[in-house]
Amino acid sequence: MSEPVTTPDDDQPLLIADGLSKNFGRLAACRDVSFSLHPGEVLAIVGESGSGKSTLLQLLSAQLAPSAGSVSYRMRDGVLRDLASLGEAERRFLFRTDWGYVHQDPAQGLRMAVSAGANVGERLMAIGWNHYGRIRDTATTWLERVEIDVGRIDDAPKTYSGGMRQRLQIARNLVTAPRLVFMDEPTGGLDVSVQARLLDLMRNLVSELNLAAIVVTHDLAVARLLSHRVMVMKGGRVIETGLTDQVLDDPREPYTQLLVSSILPP
Amino acid sequence: MTAMIEISNAAKTFTMHLQGGVELPVVSNVSFHVEPGECVVLSGPSGAGKSSILKMIFGNYRCDAGRIGIRHQGKVIDLSSAEPRQVLTMRRATVGYVSQFLRAVPRVATIDVVAEPLVAGGTPRAEARDKAAALLRRLNIPERLWRLPPSTFSGGEQQRVNIARGFVSDLPILLLDEPTASLDAANRAVVVELIDEKKRRGVAMVAIVHDDEIRHLIADRIVDVTSFAAAA
Repeated sequence: MSEPVTTPDDDQPLLIADGLSKNFGRLAACRDVSFSLHPGEVLAIVGESGSGKSTLLQLLSAQLAPSAGSVSYRMRDGVLRDLASLGEAERRFLFRTDWGYVHQDPAQGLRMAVSAGANVGERLMAIGWNHYGRIRDTATTWLERVEIDVGRIDDAPKTYSGGMRQRLQIARNLVTAPRLVFMDEPTGGLDVSVQARLLDLMRNLVSELNLAAIVVTHDLAVARLLSHRVMVMKGGRVIETGLTDQVLDDPREPYTQLLVSSILPP
Repeated sequence: MTAMIEISNAAKTFTMHLQGGVELPVVSNVSFHVEPGECVVLSGPSGAGKSSILKMIFGNYRCDAGRIGIRHQGKVIDLSSAEPRQVLTMRRATVGYVSQFLRAVPRVATIDVVAEPLVAGGTPRAEARDKAAALLRRLNIPERLWRLPPSTFSGGEQQRVNIARGFVSDLPILLLDEPTASLDAANRAVVVELIDEKKRRGVAMVAIVHDDEIRHLIADRIVDVTSFAAAA
């Protein structure tokens, strides 16, 4: 009797995972994962090390080929495509424009020896921007948006603190206005005080830009603050899924109850 | 159905897997409805399941059996079977919840904590801040505090920030969990006024209040939760 509520812009899923599995030899790292993600929706994948959450992220972002199942993505022209059917050039184009990928270690997502401005500008040049002034202006705007002192634009990120590096990595990813961002433990290597600032920043950017995001984290506080929905993984399987506050406040599965009850109060 | 909230035979049981799978029945056969412009107060002793019922109506706790119908944009959503996305849309456009404690994001200024539900609903930030400021003023939060995050405020101040955040938007349903618990008489009176204004605008409310005086002032009907708990 309850009809689904839809709004015109987000009634079509952006990404659909269908029966995704990945085996490494005899190890089933990821088993039969299915879900769909809508534009503007933030999904957290939580679980301990070895639960398969990072493997799943690699499958979803086409960095690993699944042993079974498929990932489909709605391209900017509105057509849903199976990622496995994309050519290498198309996949690379997705990565450069419509997707972002924020690594836990900023050194993996940045070029540490070139300037911050170039790190951001490079993504724009990759999609054909060639006017130096416009690239620099846009890079400047993005450094401001991620709260990096513009006076540091010509410095290389190897001279930046961990928190600044992570903010720079986010700017580099968002400058091409992606619709989907993958994040792998985005606050993982940072001090707690730096984490709070980064989380607040990410939360605002995600909602202002109506970004969809898939965030892998072992930190339930990160999931609560950033995500609308959560998937709990254990042994390669999704064991519980739902609205984030529902899963965290009313966990149903034994393992989820264990995770939630294991948080030490500050 | 003209009711904004229509609950029939809703039930909730916690299964505590870490305690050997103990079943903790919270409520069962919860049935009541709330009309527009009406404030229903849940009564019953501590532990009877009043807060759990509010959380179920907000979609924060899952409903194990029965039905929780919410009138949302002209349609009825049944929370016992709704998709997460539907629950989120429902919270954005229809159901507000004033919890007992403020759960604020570190670093966010009080005025923005209060304005956030409006901004999320599409109101321009400047206009949202104006409305937030008006409410903070009514609730006697000094203007010098508005730029600060509320995490360092006193319990009563935090609760007033929480109330401002809950009352700032024009949602047709409002759930209030002890909105006056740690407030002084003057601020309690403000909250009673705010609730009256919401009623006049047709807002359907469900409230938990322990203070008898406040309960008499705001309740149009009282639903005794004890019967739901006893049946569990």
